[in-house]
Amino acid sequence: MSYAKALRCRECGREYPLEPIHVCEFCFGPLEVEYDYDAISQVISREKIAQGPIGMWRYRDLLPVDSEEVVDISAGFTPLIKADNLGREFGLRELYVKNDCVNPTYSFKDRVVSVAITKAKEFGFDTVACASTGNLACSVAAHAAKCGLKAYVFVPSDLEQGKMIGTAIYGPTLVAVNGNYDEVNRLCSEISDKYRWAFVNINIRPYYSEGSKTLGYEVAEQLGWRAPEHAVVPVASGSLLSKIWKGLNELALLGLIGPVKTRMYATQAEGSAPIVAAFRAGSTHVHPVRPNTIVKSLAIGNPAEGYFALKTIQESQGAACAVSDAEVVDGMKLLAETEGIFAETAGGVVVASLKRLAAEGAIKPDELTVAFITGCGLKTQEAIAGSLKPPLTIDANLASFEEALKEQA
Amino acid sequence: MAKRRVMFTFPPELVTEPVIYNLGQQFHVITNIRRADVTEDRGWVVLELEGNDDDIERGIAWVTAKGVRVDPIGGDVMAG
Repeated sequence: MSYAKALRCRECGREYPLEPIHVCEFCFGPLEVEYDYDAISQVISREKIAQGPIGMWRYRDLLPVDSEEVVDISAGFTPLIKADNLGREFGLRELYVKNDCVNPTYSFKDRVVSVAITKAKEFGFDTVACASTGNLACSVAAHAAKCGLKAYVFVPSDLEQGKMIGTAIYGPTLVAVNGNYDEVNRLCSEISDKYRWAFVNINIRPYYSEGSKTLGYEVAEQLGWRAPEHAVVPVASGSLLSKIWKGLNELALLGLIGPVKTRMYATQAEGSAPIVAAFRAGSTHVHPVRPNTIVKSLAIGNPAEGYFALKTIQESQGAACAVSDAEVVDGMKLLAETEGIFAETAGGVVVASLKRLAAEGAIKPDELTVAFITGCGLKTQEAIAGSLKPPLTIDANLASFEEALKEQA
Repeated sequence: MAKRRVMFTFPPELVTEPVIYNLGQQFHVITNIRRADVTEDRGWVVLELEGNDDDIERGIAWVTAKGVRVDPIGGDVMAG
């Protein structure tokens, strides 16, 4: 059994039972899972966690699932690497990269989907669904295949080929919608109202989003049970940023780490930066925008948790940063060329933002910093294809090769 | 009768105009406000619209044409 005790409205505080609902009936605010931390504190310990499975489910005492068997394709406990080469570029000596590229479907979405699909089964749904520009689609399709649930995955019809194939391979019903971003959003909203399906980031959202906390837990454990001084996080809906913060603070509440003084940095692409815009305006109200950026995974014009992301930035004394598409591409290349990690465009946003934050002095050389890389670059090859050094093309003889070498020099 | 939960975001020039009142009057839609923050230079309102589907659609189209941004509550359902 889980230690979740209720759903609570994040706006007005009203409580609801643990059902597949996501909206407060009184004020229409979003619902969040509430836990019995006293009960958790009786059972959790660093040793117990260390003896758990090598994956996100080592933290199951802090996740809202009841079943013994979870829907898990081995997400989580991804590498946290000391990024000395990248750090040297920015004058940072304590820089780490949390590499979620290596999850089973190559993005951090495997964490949230593992929780969501497990809950969908607990609630008795026979069909799961999502609307996605890529990473979520792949993960939902894969997890549904693992546990035998039907899956409907809605994507824009101009989605990159790699993501289409990377979703279709698992056998869901893939629905490519002809329409602009707003039209696809609106249709999926209507479908979720009409059909009794588990939409992982709609009616299952309160449970789904809890999976992101595991990034915070893992980083703290991998750093030797301490929180970093700075966390640089890519932001779309705003959920990941605030859940990493929540996860670190839960560990502190339970006495597993010391007080959390992590500064949280929200990073976005300039072409879709509603949260950064609100931060710059000194406001906690997010004005929706129409996304226009190569960073499709962060191209969310009306972020569901924008307000909570901004509150997280305030509480942690962090900041928000937006970078251009050109800087994103440079960031992707730099990460690959220094640390051997091929991140998707969201990773380029993080690296480019890290460069700015270091240059501005927001992050000092010896301050422990973690850059969260949330997805693999193989999924966003189109964004970078035109900016790479072309191969040397030669004939099949030594002379041709040596000629090419001379020209290159 | 259908119900739709939406957020209206008002530009500065419409803050003092009774848009929601007129929406109710002209399109026979019951408007039920649950949360709002309206200042002199901007405003947003979370409300439920109740009426028949056509009236709600036409009402939303009218509000949008006036310059109010209309979004489903809870932000975009599309995810990355």
